[in-house]
Amino acid sequence: MIRVNNLTKFFGAKQAVDGISFAVDRGEVLGFLGPNGAGKSTTMRMITGFIPPTAGSITVGGFDMVEKPIPAKRLIGYLPENAPAYTDMTVHGFLNFAAEIRGLQGDARRKAVSRAVEMCFLEAVLHQSVETLSKGYRHRTCFAQSIIHDPDVLVLDEPTDGLDPNQKHEVRQLIRRMGEKKAIIFSTHILEEVDAVCSRAIIIDRGRIVANGTPQELRQKSEWAGAVTLRVNGLNAAALQQRLGQISAVKKTTVLKEDATSVTARAFPKSSANGTLAQSIADATQGWRIEEMHTEEGRLDEVFRSITMPDTAKRAEEKP
Amino acid sequence: MNSWANIKTITKRELAAYFSSPLAYIFIVIFLLLCGFFAFAVQPSLLDRGQASLAANFFFWHPWFYLFLVPAVGMRLWAEERRVGTIELLLTMPITAWQAIVGKFLASWLFLAVALAATFPIVITVNYLGSPDNGVIFAGYLGSWLMAGAYLAVSCITSALTRNQVVSFIISVVICLFLILAGFAPVINLLESWAKPGLVEAIASFSVITHFEGLQKGVLDSRDLIFFLSMIGFSLFCTSVILRGRRAG
Repeated sequence: MIRVNNLTKFFGAKQAVDGISFAVDRGEVLGFLGPNGAGKSTTMRMITGFIPPTAGSITVGGFDMVEKPIPAKRLIGYLPENAPAYTDMTVHGFLNFAAEIRGLQGDARRKAVSRAVEMCFLEAVLHQSVETLSKGYRHRTCFAQSIIHDPDVLVLDEPTDGLDPNQKHEVRQLIRRMGEKKAIIFSTHILEEVDAVCSRAIIIDRGRIVANGTPQELRQKSEWAGAVTLRVNGLNAAALQQRLGQISAVKKTTVLKEDATSVTARAFPKSSANGTLAQSIADATQGWRIEEMHTEEGRLDEVFRSITMPDTAKRAEEKP
Repeated sequence: MNSWANIKTITKRELAAYFSSPLAYIFIVIFLLLCGFFAFAVQPSLLDRGQASLAANFFFWHPWFYLFLVPAVGMRLWAEERRVGTIELLLTMPITAWQAIVGKFLASWLFLAVALAATFPIVITVNYLGSPDNGVIFAGYLGSWLMAGAYLAVSCITSALTRNQVVSFIISVVICLFLILAGFAPVINLLESWAKPGLVEAIASFSVITHFEGLQKGVLDSRDLIFFLSMIGFSLFCTSVILRGRRAG
């Protein structure tokens, strides 16, 4: 549904997006990750046709966003960052306007509005002015606007920002449900959301894609992936470390915690170990009093940091 | 015809936005008070003059009333959209920027038409007291509305330039002041003392006053109509260029 090819954006001399390419098909939920200022919002604004790209192309449902913006925009529902809405209108008036400008008439419009109201739980504030809404309600009002015409493509810029945990949960459920039939791109800072919702995730940093894969694949980029954490009774830290070091598959070990009775350590595998580290350790440690042992899956936040941190650090150095 | 449907939708929303805020009513009241005050309290008043005409006591003042009132109406058009961020919604809808610009402009222009129409008691008054040429009065109203449209289109430009309504207001007042002064008799006299007659005429031809005068007298000159309409068209075109430039970064 969405094809982005070599997308580039300059603001004056500053490059915000640097040659991004990806595609999202129907039934996919693509998570957009990256530190603040990485170019997430700029990319989304170009996809939705709000700002023109400096170079590269975007097609939505086969329509080029620059050449044929109107049919392309018709397919998209968009929730901008900070969820803007006309403050002088009521929720009902605002959604009615959104439906009307999407070309919905009469009965179809009434149905579309009531469906969106129901999906976003807005009944309670339907005739309240947008100005008086709490942040959560305002956010959902803007979200309702984006799904009012049941679009094939949804572009959501931080859809769960500013919501309480229950609302976050609801919105995630909603995105996942809709993702079965639509192509969805959404950006977030919250890594657990990627696991909960995405079928695929892209990490961008300084305008470039630095990682692209399923949440599972991304996790495996973690240096923790495949590491074994174990807690052993009746050994001290030095002894444990020394014994683990004798196992050929272990690259290095770190001690996490030591108290009077037990010590907890993590062993990192050599690349050749290939997921069999736990077995090797179990074989080599017959007779130990192992309280607990498990293989780490790797964590997204750790991957995120290791991929984007060097750049963030560099950036801090650049502006003394 | 799809584009008219889009323009209508935008216009409807904008008009509703005007009337949902107290500002609209305050604006109309101030406008009516000014019209009434200048018609009846400033000497020689409408009653003293003994003429069944609205030109000298009513329409004469309109360029000056509009100087402050129209930029106040137009300042929010784009500045507010940019401040709140709704411009991002509006311009990602399946409409062209041009449709949005025209829709918004029409809404404000219709709002000004409502304010202008609310001065109808003064027409009844002169009809009651004498027998004016209502054709002339109609031409005056038409001219006044077109002039308001020209001011408004200028306000559209300044509103698109900034997200601050106050800045937008001040800049458009300055531009509109130029549009008045270029044809204001004392300024013309001053210019004539040193400039060539051709130059003075060229400057005066940019003034709304020059073009409004004929209409006040009931002369429907196509050149005056074209002046106002082309000024509106040109200003809206400038607005679209500015909006596109802003988005391009």
